[in-house]
Amino acid sequence: MKQKVTNQARRKMLIGGAAAASTPLWLNVANAQADTIKIGFPTPLTGPFSAEAQDQVKAAELAIKEFNDAGGFNGRKAELLVRDDKLNPGEAATRTLELIEKDKVNYVVGSLSAATQLSINAVCKERKVLFNSISQSDAINEAKDWSVYTFHESLNPTMTAGAVARYSIPRYGKKIVFLTADYAYGHEMVRAFERAGKELGATTLADIRHPLGASDYSAFLPRIKALNPDILVLCNFGRDLVNAAKQCTDFGLKSSMKIVTPVLLYTARLAGGPEAFEGILGGTGYYWGLEDRIPTAKAFNDAFRKMYNGSVPSDYGALGYAGIKSVLASIKIAKSTETMKVVSAMENLKYDWYKGPEYYRKCDHQAVQTVIIVESKSKNMKDKYDVFNILTIEPTTEKNMRTCAELGHKA
Amino acid sequence: MTGLTFELLCMQLLTGIALGSIYALLALGLCLIFGMLNVVNFAHGAFFMVGAFLGVYFLGVTGNFWFSLVLTPLLTGCLGLLTERFLVRPLYGRGLDYPLLLTFGLSYVLIEVMRVTFGIEGLPSITPDGLGGSINVGIGYFPKYRLFLIGATALIILGVWFLIQKTRYGLIIKAGAADQEIVKVLGVDIAKVWLLVFGLGCAIAGLSGILASPTRSVNPEMGVPILAESFVVTVVGGMGSPVGAVVAGLLVGVVYSMTSLFFPDLAELSIFVLMAVVLLIRPQGLFGKAGAMG
Repeated sequence: MKQKVTNQARRKMLIGGAAAASTPLWLNVANAQADTIKIGFPTPLTGPFSAEAQDQVKAAELAIKEFNDAGGFNGRKAELLVRDDKLNPGEAATRTLELIEKDKVNYVVGSLSAATQLSINAVCKERKVLFNSISQSDAINEAKDWSVYTFHESLNPTMTAGAVARYSIPRYGKKIVFLTADYAYGHEMVRAFERAGKELGATTLADIRHPLGASDYSAFLPRIKALNPDILVLCNFGRDLVNAAKQCTDFGLKSSMKIVTPVLLYTARLAGGPEAFEGILGGTGYYWGLEDRIPTAKAFNDAFRKMYNGSVPSDYGALGYAGIKSVLASIKIAKSTETMKVVSAMENLKYDWYKGPEYYRKCDHQAVQTVIIVESKSKNMKDKYDVFNILTIEPTTEKNMRTCAELGHKA
Repeated sequence: MTGLTFELLCMQLLTGIALGSIYALLALGLCLIFGMLNVVNFAHGAFFMVGAFLGVYFLGVTGNFWFSLVLTPLLTGCLGLLTERFLVRPLYGRGLDYPLLLTFGLSYVLIEVMRVTFGIEGLPSITPDGLGGSINVGIGYFPKYRLFLIGATALIILGVWFLIQKTRYGLIIKAGAADQEIVKVLGVDIAKVWLLVFGLGCAIAGLSGILASPTRSVNPEMGVPILAESFVVTVVGGMGSPVGAVVAGLLVGVVYSMTSLFFPDLAELSIFVLMAVVLLIRPQGLFGKAGAMG
């Protein structure tokens, strides 16, 4: 983490130095820099979700660059201040507080874990700083955690796990076993899957909890096999999911049950390889292959490819991009950087940054958006980026979300 | 719990033994180094991680698992030799804490080196040809690779046992652990013995890394949790006792596995409970001599 900060400081110094050397108007440059729009970006650069976090930063930098290349806001440029929260809620709160008090950031975007985003949200709520969360959580939109400063760009477990349940239960069967990472997000995924499953007549045979960051799941697998469910739902994420998928494959679970996961990530699939993930299906907010049918996805991919050597953005990367885009676009609409004006501009924003039309629901600031159901493939892959088949896209609708009243908001 | 069958219990036991093999192997390396040099090697998990990375890398380059199974421990062993010669050796005679802190720092350096070299995402691990899939073992299907893992571990442990019990080198190692003064007086260059034992310990750590890699993802932080678990194993077995390391390694694997069956939430905790219970009854561990830490 320390190294990241110094790297950044060094990079800033280099950029500053280059600017000073190359232009005679360096005094103006220095003034303009002092007046940048600062966006704090806490995210777990180290730890089991680091691959996803790195991609968030890359795409966020792209959004910042696009804003600055377009002239910024009245000549004011935007700047990203990335901090490593180490996937630890306490660390995340400390870093966020530092960003707000010491670095004087105007807004906070970021996070990657249900628990850290709640702690970041708590700090932002108290300091009245706008926070656009780009990680999945159900709790963050509920009245007790939510504040008018809270926005949730990401999908939430109700939307993703629900969509996966609605897709898989009619096709594969009603007996369900969960293998769940024992933390807030894992529990939320189970709850959401069961909520959607209930309407379809599904029953839960077992919900087996494992500690977050367990590296070997083999000890849970004989029992799962003996329970013989129709569907095994892997409610874990990042490296946990990679290991679990790999070991389920090794133990031959796929021959007797369908394995699904509420959130099937591009990065996890790359890390795990085609064999481990073969046939596993799941929900996601974005897959670069959408570019065949959605023009904004094509534009986003192309810009990302150009900036990062032909690589394509991941799902969580896309959230980093959209999270920053929404805030910066709202500043332009509000014609002000004042937090409350930006908040109301964001509430009325209708946007399409990368995956089709979206908007933030008024009562809880949840981004209403599509859920993409993808299946991992192991054959006929065009290149290393070609990892998923898009099975279906569940359309943008508030119908599948919990109602505002359910979340405790007054209408 | 409903549906508890004999097959399920056996399967769970087998799973536990496969899990325990890696613990046993890692703890064996740890305790060789401790028993002989009185060094608590906190970089052991990092050597395990380095072994996994190198193994997967060589496997990717050469396509030959057996080749990388030989090359990897040689390289981590050499890394161990360098570590002992240039980092650990200057600290002998300063008690347990100096080498402990040094190796702790070294583990962070190794993690960072792997992050810079291979990226933070790590490498997708590869199951060697012919060992993928599962096979019917009479009580149900079990992954072929994990059976191989149990066999390979048993062979390595036998090899180490043979080295210590049946060879002249083993005699020197045992004598050195018992009384280094006398061994020195007898004209043995004890410094060289320490060097080789440290290298051997690290080679075993690297070997367990590559052996474990097809069962889990290979990433820079993979050595951190398993180090804690191998220390539990070493303590349960008795610090410095190779037999204890092996027995306790398997025991921890089986306890973890059985707890997972009945109380999955407590699986992680179970091995620490086991450690606490053992320490209450036998403070020196199952096979340890009293006062080994002194």
